[in-house]
Amino acid sequence: MVDGSDSQSQSPSVPPAIEVHDLTVAYGTQPALWDVDVDVPAEKLCAIIGPNGAGKSTLIKAMLGLVKPLTGWVQIFGAPFAKRRSWVGYVPQRSSVDWDFPTTALDVVTMGLYGRLGWLRRPRRRHREEALACLDKVGIADLAGRQIRQLSGGQQQRVFLARALAQDARIYLMDEPFAGVDAATERAVMELLGTLRDQGKTVVAVHHDLQTVPRYFEHVTLLNMRLVAAGPVETTFTEKNLQQAYGGRLTALTRAADALLANPPLDRE
Amino acid sequence: MTYEQWVIVAVGACVGAGCALIGAFLVLRKIAMLGDAISHAVLPGIAIAFLLSGSRATLPMVIGAGIFGVLTVVLVGALSRTRRINEDASIGVVFPALFSVGVILISKYAAGVDLDLDCVLFGEIAYSALDTLRVGGASLGPRPLWITGGILLVNLVVVLVFFKELKLTSFDPELAAAIGISPVVMHYVLMSAVSVTVVGSFESVGAILVVAMLIVPPATAYLLTNSLAMMLVLSALCGAASAVGGYAVSAWLDCSVAGAMATVSGLMFVVALVLSPRYGLVAQAWARALLGRRMREQLVLLHLGSASAQHGTAAAELAQRFRWRAAQAERLLGGLERRKQVERVGDGWRLTSYGTEAIERAGKDVLRHADEDGGGAA
Amino acid sequence: MEWLASPTFRTVLLGATLLGAVSGVIGCFALLRRQSLLGDALAHAALPGVCVAFIVTGAKHPLSLLVGAGAAGLCGALFVMLVVRGSRIKEDSALGIVLSVFFGLGVVLLTRIQKMPAGNQSGLDQFLFGQAATLLEGDVIVFSVVGVAVLVVIALLYKELKLLCFDRAFGAILGFPMRGLEVLLTVLLVVVVVIGLSTVGVVLMVASLITPAAAARQWTDRLSRMLLLSALFGAISAAVGVVASASVSKLPTGPSIVIVSSALLLVSVLAAPRRGVLWAALRARRTAHRVRAENLLKDVYRWCERRGDFETFVPLTIVMGMRGEPGRRLYRTRDRLVRRGLLLVDGDQLKLTRQGRREAARMVRRHRLWEVYLVRRLELPADHVHRDAEAMEHALTDELVEELGALLGHPEVDPHGQPIPPREPLTEPTK
Repeated sequence: MVDGSDSQSQSPSVPPAIEVHDLTVAYGTQPALWDVDVDVPAEKLCAIIGPNGAGKSTLIKAMLGLVKPLTGWVQIFGAPFAKRRSWVGYVPQRSSVDWDFPTTALDVVTMGLYGRLGWLRRPRRRHREEALACLDKVGIADLAGRQIRQLSGGQQQRVFLARALAQDARIYLMDEPFAGVDAATERAVMELLGTLRDQGKTVVAVHHDLQTVPRYFEHVTLLNMRLVAAGPVETTFTEKNLQQAYGGRLTALTRAADALLANPPLDRE
Repeated sequence: MTYEQWVIVAVGACVGAGCALIGAFLVLRKIAMLGDAISHAVLPGIAIAFLLSGSRATLPMVIGAGIFGVLTVVLVGALSRTRRINEDASIGVVFPALFSVGVILISKYAAGVDLDLDCVLFGEIAYSALDTLRVGGASLGPRPLWITGGILLVNLVVVLVFFKELKLTSFDPELAAAIGISPVVMHYVLMSAVSVTVVGSFESVGAILVVAMLIVPPATAYLLTNSLAMMLVLSALCGAASAVGGYAVSAWLDCSVAGAMATVSGLMFVVALVLSPRYGLVAQAWARALLGRRMREQLVLLHLGSASAQHGTAAAELAQRFRWRAAQAERLLGGLERRKQVERVGDGWRLTSYGTEAIERAGKDVLRHADEDGGGAA
Repeated sequence: MEWLASPTFRTVLLGATLLGAVSGVIGCFALLRRQSLLGDALAHAALPGVCVAFIVTGAKHPLSLLVGAGAAGLCGALFVMLVVRGSRIKEDSALGIVLSVFFGLGVVLLTRIQKMPAGNQSGLDQFLFGQAATLLEGDVIVFSVVGVAVLVVIALLYKELKLLCFDRAFGAILGFPMRGLEVLLTVLLVVVVVIGLSTVGVVLMVASLITPAAAARQWTDRLSRMLLLSALFGAISAAVGVVASASVSKLPTGPSIVIVSSALLLVSVLAAPRRGVLWAALRARRTAHRVRAENLLKDVYRWCERRGDFETFVPLTIVMGMRGEPGRRLYRTRDRLVRRGLLLVDGDQLKLTRQGRREAARMVRRHRLWEVYLVRRLELPADHVHRDAEAMEHALTDELVEELGALLGHPEVDPHGQPIPPREPLTEPTK
């Protein structure tokens, strides 16, 4: 465990952003995560990958205190999540909310400021301006007044991202930020995540597309209920680990990854 | 028991079983509240039939109510298909509007006549035996028994004839559509059956008991079994049993028969909710506790497996690592020792060969779970 | 019309209107949390509470009945939560169970009360069907205080409640106690249901919650405005319903209120700006007209193109054969195009005007460029792309088409070898 990380400045040896210890989670009587130990490095772009039902979202949710573990604990920069709320930004799965809700893009982004506002206080003009600036960073400031159903999938994802930006966090946890978005959004989001990393932020994203892992991320965590492997992409994103993570069911997927690692992809742009 | 009492129980049992059979599909399709909606929304149909025919004859009322029952389903469907209002809100909007029309019709044109709301809501099951069906002067026995028995028969036939279709459209409408069974058609078949059931049972037992019997026995059965056929059988049995038990309670307390039947069905649900061997609250809590314990034990084994076998690992060290209370760690180790998976060495603990085996077994278990999960098992 | 001035009537009107407004507001949250029918279950679940309160106190004291109703309603709501969280029973069944079983229990108690020696139980029936006309000044004062208190709580916690309804997990991450807020919202709902029962009764309570909210949703995309509008709709429905039932004999109050709010809802769903179904239908009709017009122009163009002659008239029967459209519809489309100066007609023959030809060339250009795009970029076979292009040509904008042209390097022929009309329309009919 790292002590005194509160006061740590950007020293050469950065302590891990998130430490997960012996984490075991079950939904009802169905185990979802099994004794997972992993350190997520700070100031890196980190992917969590694994097959369906491997517990990727559960891991994110456990980091955020949304599910109660059977055993184990999580620390964010050396303290429990409850003490680090304001350091963490969250981008949920797009399907997790009702897009027909009577609210605008700007309004959703403003929700990112609610934590800082606290109880009873209403967002004022300067909060809305701050939210608008976040929408601008994701390139859709012109859509601020749109009802959220009237946005495309990629734009909806950008709204969520802007909301996380509004949280002004040090760590961003994202649940499938690239699911069902267009190529332009994927590119824009990736650029933005790169900028965040350059500003010293940590990004942890559940990711589905094995092909883009080596291009997008620096650190990878392979899950299949148990931790299969975690570490820098170059040494960890290997055929052997993928085999293990995706079990007997992989075939096509691994072959894709193999081919990819053998000859790096042409840039599609 | 007297003849009158037999008739009441028989009518109740027919309603219970008949409603439960068809209600099972409402519960499975997550549209149970549509049954409630229909049972209220048929009121204007009854009122109009009464006003047109000028009598309380059964047939016009069944027709009038049947029309409004299906109309409810059509309106709810149309409203939610506009995608301006979601489905449960559509239900909550449509049936009060229709019910209001019925109340207004009755209080404006039929007030004081013998069609009062209390009877619609609560029914007159207690007088079942007095209402005799006469065909050409010959008495054929109690009319409510004929009606509710007929409904039970109709629902039984519908369920038996369309068993496969109802099953498929309830569980996998897309597959059903793909192999040529129209989910829409089956929806309307089901809803027509519900309408007829509601209307027929109405007069004898009232709207509330109909709703109770449509939903509560199937929900009880759903807590007890995973097989559709079994669920139907259990639903019908629960429905009939609620009727019998309800009658006993009402005789004992001298209270409303329909109310007592609904209450008894509720009690049966609560018993199943708490005690169902597989899906009950107790069983679930027990299974959760067991799983938690099993997982903690595995953690201990894994940890001991990776630690030095010579000196062993102290209980306090385990407790510190996993943030358990010392007593909890001791308890876990004690359990494992009884199974001979760990043994004491000095002040600490180490794995036995049984313990090593257990770790390997558990590893396979986890992979199997993961496979089931990924394989899309329900 | 002297009843309008009577203090009793004004009391009733005021009480009902206030209740309409408050239930409209709380109904919005129920609607948005997809718990529209919870109100229905709670209203029914209140009955045994009322009976128990009556049995315990032995009197029809309104406040004790309200407390009893509220306690029973809350039990019902908690039971629904327990069943849904703790078992495989889904919400709809849980609601149905609470509704019917609690109500059945209430009926059992009610019949017991009727058999009690000294009980004056006649008033308990009112509870079922609602009797706005019997509201007393004391009731209205109680309701006003409770109603205003509910509104104040909602106003204070507006931001937190919005978070609860929209994105519960996010709220929890920000550190708001979402479970507590959920219980609070349920308590508010129970309170409103319980005081609302006295005007509209058990069966219709759900409508006074949901119908104004559903109507308000059609007019705005902002939660704050939706709440205000819903309150307004609820108040109007209640006021109109009360006045109507007072002025027409034997017209019950509750149902009148529901009929008015249902009518408001119908108008909203049909005609609210933007979301209204009628406007959507109108838009769809306009699009269909445009598509048919564009198709007709294009068909005539292609016929002429194939013959290399844009000057002779084309028999309508030929165009008719190209798409198999019903004749009458085609005539209407033709007439519209003639009015717009894009077609000339000579008996049963057609000819593009200069402007019509330019318009048609634009469509053909879109169609063929899109085909090129599909074949070259998405590598679809050339014989599969026509149908897709038929749909896309009506949706593409001119800017997009030109971007597409630039992207593809301004091709001159489509995958079938037909020429793609250039960007500027031809001025000379040579080819």
